[in-house]
Amino acid sequence: MSASGRMPAAAHRLASEAETVIIGGGIMGLGIAYELARRGRSDVHVLEQEYLTSGASGRNGGGVRMQWSTELNIRLMQESMEICRDFASELGINVWLRQGGYLFLIRGQAELAQLERSVALQNRCGVPTRILTPQEALRIVPELNPKSFVAACYNPRDGVVFPWPFLWGYAHAASELGVQIHTYTKVTAIDVLGPNRFVVHTSKGPIRCERVINAAGAWSPAIAKLVGVELPNHPHRHEILATESLKPFLKPLVSVLSSGLYFSQSMRGEIVGGITVPDHDDGQVHLGSRLRFLEDMAADLLSVMPVLSQVRVLRQWAGPYDVSPDGLPILGEHPALPGFYLVCGFVGYGFMMAPVIARYYAELLCGGSRHPVFDRCRLSRFADGTSERELMLIG
Amino acid sequence: MSEKCIVCPCEDVTLADVEQAIGLGYLDIDEVKRFTGLGTGPCQGKLCMVVTCQLLQKVQAADPSRRDRQPESQKEPHPFTPRPPVVPVSLYVLAAGKGADRER
Repeated sequence: MSASGRMPAAAHRLASEAETVIIGGGIMGLGIAYELARRGRSDVHVLEQEYLTSGASGRNGGGVRMQWSTELNIRLMQESMEICRDFASELGINVWLRQGGYLFLIRGQAELAQLERSVALQNRCGVPTRILTPQEALRIVPELNPKSFVAACYNPRDGVVFPWPFLWGYAHAASELGVQIHTYTKVTAIDVLGPNRFVVHTSKGPIRCERVINAAGAWSPAIAKLVGVELPNHPHRHEILATESLKPFLKPLVSVLSSGLYFSQSMRGEIVGGITVPDHDDGQVHLGSRLRFLEDMAADLLSVMPVLSQVRVLRQWAGPYDVSPDGLPILGEHPALPGFYLVCGFVGYGFMMAPVIARYYAELLCGGSRHPVFDRCRLSRFADGTSERELMLIG
Repeated sequence: MSEKCIVCPCEDVTLADVEQAIGLGYLDIDEVKRFTGLGTGPCQGKLCMVVTCQLLQKVQAADPSRRDRQPESQKEPHPFTPRPPVVPVSLYVLAAGKGADRER
């Protein structure tokens, strides 16, 4: 593995004042910090409760795709993948983007009708997704069990990245431009002194600021509670496993939407994947590993890829999804709290969307253009009851 | 010398790789693991973990200011987060356990 860049995080003391405090040192917080600094607004402090890559940004499967059921997400991800492609040259770090495609397997006729509508929409947006018969899907992955699905959809331009260098790249580039990143710095309280006047109390002392960006992912409802805001999103544990390395043979990421199964082969040859398993519904972030996940995952994976039965699992871990009620994120300034900004509720696809969201977010904060995503994903939509749901969610 | 000294034989991580990570400012063993890839192979860190702990401890001893920068919970040598299973297990064995009636 190669990744450049000194970790500047722990070298700085917390300043007493800043323009912007970003809570959460995941891809969203670091991406916004970098994009702000690039626009000359580098008086930014990023507060991370543990180390970089300790949250969902360091625990996800690295998938990046343009197959969605809403035009908003399709178009955003088309742009995000363009940015991904330039990431190595722009930030000097290799994120190992490999465009092997996403192959969604469809198990039922009702599901197929829904997918056909999504694929038609994707085609109108310029995404070359195709509906395939099982026999056609076998030409892409000959090891599939053709009896385990009735149809598939495939976009050859979707892909997989390696998440960690992505974070380090943003962190390094942001700190080169003057952003201060504080790891192991936990937010304990937030005082609202008035519009655009906050004091954020942390385990390393207080910091006054004009605006707070809540980019804490699965922890964002807890952060919002500190200013008396109830958010409708909630954490949900998603587990992943990695097997021993195999000779490269699997080109696309394969997923079964109805069970939440997905798997791909990493650049190191491991099969990496997960499946949806019910979790506690207590609003807490749980990151423990369960035997039940290994069993559910193994059974569903082998029903699709029986050839893997002798392959051994090396390790499993968990990451927290940040689940919003309609599958779309929650973005923008809180209507009742000037200066308090939200960037949460990404339901497991925040990592792949961060490059484009960070860019439009920084433009918004710098008084530039306001991308339609901020109206579509405003918090008040839940009260208005005007939600169109995103249906192509894995898990 | 350190380019030829292997710390993690599963993933071919050398002493020089680990020293580079520590030098770049990766303070915690979990960060060193992610930066170098050590401990993520078939043995899951059984061979490299102790050596890496010792290296981190040595660096702390040589540079007390570095120790001060670390959070309380990270100051003592500790293993990286253990990941189940303890030994590699075949997928067909795990699949056979699905739906088994037992406490978990």
